[in-house]
Amino acid sequence: MRLSTLQRHMRESVKSLGRNGWMTFASISAVTVTLLLVGVFLVVMFNMNHFAKKIENDVEIRVHIDVTANNQDKQALRAKIEKIPQVKEIRYSSKDEELKRLIKSFGEEGSSFRLFEQDNPLSDVYVVKTANPVDTIKAAKKIEKFPFVHKVNYGQGQVEKLFSTLKIARNIGLVLIIGLLFTAMFLISNTIKITIFARRREIEIMRLVGATNGFIRWPFFLEGLWLGVIGAIFPIAAVSVVYYNIYKFFEPKITIPFFELLPFNPFMWQISLLLLLIGACIGVWGSMMSVRKFLKI
Amino acid sequence: MIEMQNVYKTYPNGVVALNDVSVRIKQGEFVYVVGPSGAGKSTFIKMMYREEKPTSGTIMVHGVNLEKLKDSKVPLLRRNIGVVFQDFKLLPKLTVYENVAFALEVIEESPKVIRQKVMEVLELVGLKHKVRSYPSELSGGEQQRVSIARSIVNSPKIVIADEPTGNLDPETSWGIMELFEKINSRGTTIVMATHNREIVNTIRRRVIAMENGKIVRDEAKGEYGYEA
Repeated sequence: MRLSTLQRHMRESVKSLGRNGWMTFASISAVTVTLLLVGVFLVVMFNMNHFAKKIENDVEIRVHIDVTANNQDKQALRAKIEKIPQVKEIRYSSKDEELKRLIKSFGEEGSSFRLFEQDNPLSDVYVVKTANPVDTIKAAKKIEKFPFVHKVNYGQGQVEKLFSTLKIARNIGLVLIIGLLFTAMFLISNTIKITIFARRREIEIMRLVGATNGFIRWPFFLEGLWLGVIGAIFPIAAVSVVYYNIYKFFEPKITIPFFELLPFNPFMWQISLLLLLIGACIGVWGSMMSVRKFLKI
Repeated sequence: MIEMQNVYKTYPNGVVALNDVSVRIKQGEFVYVVGPSGAGKSTFIKMMYREEKPTSGTIMVHGVNLEKLKDSKVPLLRRNIGVVFQDFKLLPKLTVYENVAFALEVIEESPKVIRQKVMEVLELVGLKHKVRSYPSELSGGEQQRVSIARSIVNSPKIVIADEPTGNLDPETSWGIMELFEKINSRGTTIVMATHNREIVNTIRRRVIAMENGKIVRDEAKGEYGYEA
């Protein structure tokens, strides 16, 4: 392709945005509204996912070792636990350490537990983590049957509930985003179809004077691209500014354990790039879908 | 050169537009295609630049068999054929200059050549002083001149016109016909479908008369032959 041809396509696509003023506005608005929704959803989804991962990673199995076990038995048990394929790490915590942890976790009131320092009723513990948090339950059930295991504790009941809730939340989010994107594509494809319908004469004449289909497609391709990219500007700015302020305002104040927002710096760049990409894709896709039927010979 | 052999065309709705049409048009000829509405004139003409494909039969244009021409090569065929319509088909948002230049831009001619050729051809049709006007600011005759300028700007060997004077008053029509004669005198083949008996009977050229999809008469320096 000649450079002058590319320039022409560029010029034509930009001119056409101006000529079809209201339709351009409508298309860009469609992209903007959609990307705004998608942007908010993405931010919530990613943060929720981040939050969920943190909780999941905190899930651990506490294997209480029977008091009758001697050192050799403990070693044997450790070896057995390590052999379970899902197990990622195992840490030993003596009963004295466990007591200290307990005292600490109760804060000021914890000092009353010091009474037990003379005669510690707790048992030694193996703290086990699995590579994939979802395997916790399976691993715990296996460990339970090993000899010299007094008790296995992994937050029975709550963990199962947590995992199923997270799974549902993720799936709902994903379905919503996909649905939203599809709606946007059809909206844009329809708006551009109207602008192209108004220009079917132009396409007809182009074909009459011997323009190739590729040549005819180019300005429309670029126009779709501009629509998508311009439509993405506002959502990117809005989502970034709002997130920046939320992050600045809430992050120091959040005291709920596990809950932290994704830091602004890499996260917002990723979201912005993603929105820009989605915008460009739906713009181009919508435009190409609409021009297709006018190119049949 | 255009050559058709036993061409049939039946539209999907069952209408038979062409019924065994065979014809030969030599390079440089000036041919009128006449006949009542619905006789198949437009279909006959559309076959030549492959806007329509025949149901059966062969069509050769400049030695190219249109039946075997791939869709992707159709644009190349059309660069050698100029087409003029009754309703001009100009782009209302482009100036006279841009409308004519359009035909060269889409075949990726260089800007320098475009400028030169467009001005040349606008001078030929007598509209050099209106390059910056928009179609809505021109009379019907002037618009048709722009459309003719566009059809010949890339020097095609054939110009096909579908009732080019259909929307014009008699006086303006004569001006347009003069222009076609001028183009024809430079060696360009002209195929023109028309309802204008006065023109056909005055500027005597080959006449192909069609009725019900058949060629019923084909004579050099013929007459219109129908009662108006």
